[in-house]
Amino acid sequence: MDTTVVNTDAENKVWGGGNEPLRASYGKLMMWFFIVSDALTFSGFLAAYGFSRFKFIDSWPIADEVFTHVPFLHGQEHPMIYVAFMTFVLIMSSVTMVLAVDAGHHMNKAKVTFYMFLTIIGGAIFVGSQAWEWATFIKGDYGAIQTKGGNILQFVNTEGERVALGDFVMTGAHDRVHHERKNGIWFTDEGTLPTYTLQEVVASFESNPDLLIRTQILTKEGEKTILSRDESLKQLKTNGKSVVEGANLHVNEYGASLFADFFFFITGFHGFHVLSGVIINIIIFFNVILGTYERRGSYEMVEKVGLYWHFVDLVWVFVFTFFYLV
Amino acid sequence: MAHAHNLSIFRGTIKFKSNTQKIWGVLILLTIITAVEVVLGIYKPQSLMGQVLGMKALNWIFIILTVVKAYYITWDFMHMRDETASLRRMVVWTAVFLIAYLVFILLQEGGYIESVYTSGFVKKDF
Repeated sequence: MDTTVVNTDAENKVWGGGNEPLRASYGKLMMWFFIVSDALTFSGFLAAYGFSRFKFIDSWPIADEVFTHVPFLHGQEHPMIYVAFMTFVLIMSSVTMVLAVDAGHHMNKAKVTFYMFLTIIGGAIFVGSQAWEWATFIKGDYGAIQTKGGNILQFVNTEGERVALGDFVMTGAHDRVHHERKNGIWFTDEGTLPTYTLQEVVASFESNPDLLIRTQILTKEGEKTILSRDESLKQLKTNGKSVVEGANLHVNEYGASLFADFFFFITGFHGFHVLSGVIINIIIFFNVILGTYERRGSYEMVEKVGLYWHFVDLVWVFVFTFFYLV
Repeated sequence: MAHAHNLSIFRGTIKFKSNTQKIWGVLILLTIITAVEVVLGIYKPQSLMGQVLGMKALNWIFIILTVVKAYYITWDFMHMRDETASLRRMVVWTAVFLIAYLVFILLQEGGYIESVYTSGFVKKDF
């Protein structure tokens, strides 16, 4: 292609490429289009969450009671604190990103490098926190009983404080052995069995008169309904089906299993965006160090990846509101 | 790319001297809003638990604060303030219209199904 003239007067021809409608470059426009479509995807998920929540408005889990943990502070309840910290980390990394873009406008390679580095660190802290949050959620803390109708019964003492299964259940002889592939049919196995069996929980509950059952149903004041002792025993004996510890895609000790499904799906999809954002940031970071954009004469690539990074922050602002606050 | 930055927020009430200063200013604003949200979320003042337009007043406050945050992230971090008006409308109006439409329909339907559940699977008893 050496024979073709590289520098035609393409800028003057409307259809010849090289002109910039809306005074934004091709790459930036395409990033904006991608952001609009991705925003619609996320709003689809969040609107579906809203749908399910409105559908079960009087029995939805209370987020303040679910996300109460902070790393290194065992056994203490600090609702919202850790997720507020995560939000702040993400906003902060958005700020360092926009500072990197600004330094790029001034063609300051050293500053772009420094701010890109800080942005990557912020993203990594966020993804790590997200992973910790998932691990805590999956592990669960109090344990509960699932009823035949798929509802959750939790245990409280007479003051209404939550009681963990481990605090009152006395283990008897396990009548149920964990089925493994090596015993029995080789191609079948089963997931982890809960620590306690239903019979043990029911027996311990009966011998402990201070315990009551808390259902999923919300009272007018927005708190969970606590049953009387007789009601509790009746519910447990007639409707109890299995012991639930923690949460996965099938069961959820905090309440409606849909809540866990949406939590995994929405924060997972967002976390995946953050992860890919960090990877793209790392690629751009190395390009900056190698001087690619210095030679190109413009740091526009930093601006484009910056748009994506801010978008991820923007989505988190909404996830934070609709999952943790509202 | 090299076009000048619009350095004032709040419709010109606060003006910044440089783009870097504006970024820090917006960070302070976003931090204050997040702090207010967290404090309200932890303490849940009783005075804000009344129902307004089918939702708790507190929830409306959260949603409005979130939209304010989204505005500043888009306008100042993503430099929407500096883009041409047509690009801005193309992106913002499209998204706002489609999202509002989807959210309205799904929430309406969710509320309807809830009412069918609570009133014994019969919506209207003629």
